[in-house]
Amino acid sequence: MTQPHAILATTAMIASVVLTATAGDILTASAMRQVGDLDRIRDRSGIFGAAVAVLTSSRFGPGVVCLALSFFSLLFAFSHRDLSLIGPAATSLTFVTNALAAKFFLKENVDRRRWTAAIFVCIGVALLAF
Amino acid sequence: MQRSFPVSSGLSAAAERQDDARFAFGFRLFLANSYQLPATGYPGMTRSTMTFRRYLVLGVITVTASCGDTFLARGMKTLGPVSLGHPAELIRAVFSPWVASGIVLLIGFFASYLTALSWADLTYVLPASSLGYVIMTLLARFWLHEHVSPLRWLGVVFITAGVGFVTRGPSYTDHEAQLVPAAEKSLTTPEEIRP
Repeated sequence: MTQPHAILATTAMIASVVLTATAGDILTASAMRQVGDLDRIRDRSGIFGAAVAVLTSSRFGPGVVCLALSFFSLLFAFSHRDLSLIGPAATSLTFVTNALAAKFFLKENVDRRRWTAAIFVCIGVALLAF
Repeated sequence: MQRSFPVSSGLSAAAERQDDARFAFGFRLFLANSYQLPATGYPGMTRSTMTFRRYLVLGVITVTASCGDTFLARGMKTLGPVSLGHPAELIRAVFSPWVASGIVLLIGFFASYLTALSWADLTYVLPASSLGYVIMTLLARFWLHEHVSPLRWLGVVFITAGVGFVTRGPSYTDHEAQLVPAAEKSLTTPEEIRP
């Protein structure tokens, strides 16, 4: 395998982990927003009522599928590349893509404070690899 | 009420106090009835939904995620590499004590994570619960006596600062805020707001 191909393959592996993880996080967060405050639901209908409310949400299933895909693409990436490269790169990039996706899809108010936090955690997780 | 401008109003002290009281009354009436401030915020506004119990839920997410991952890794190391040609080995792995404990912890993590997402934004929950990386580094240094490089310590500082930033801010973006005028909610009649 030539060097550019190897770089492209690594980038594709990291991108697939990041994209599926972001889609999973956004879909599950959207599902929970659809369901509403779980503490109130639990007070009203008990723990089983809360579980039913979550499981019957239309976005929860696709969210879990995306998270599972992310997990398996991470395992696949680990089997081809070093843990020390894939782990921090995928995890730290996910913080930034989640912030972007939450702003555009969930309409969250991602202010300067939240951007700073996401970027600081992203840099911090990347530094843990060294 | 003390007004700061230095120009004398030309009134006696008693008249000035009465004037001040009228000014305060008028100002509060203006705020209460004319300005129509929303009582519960406006759509897109962030507010804090955090209580002590909810900070504990964030703590549970942090601890269960890092411990669950560690337990899984520990269990899989004990079992050795699993080949794709023998999927039955993966099922056997699920029943080993370390992997089973790791799965129980990760189920606990997912339940608390979903609970947190029902009352806080994703962009709040994710950075706020990332202290798990710090815990894992501290465990590696002080429990497993591993060498932690200066760059990793710098990473710990960055993560801690990021967590500090986000947890000091509001936690939830209100999309369904009710536009109730403040006047209907609390201050309504002059008798209620008279000093």
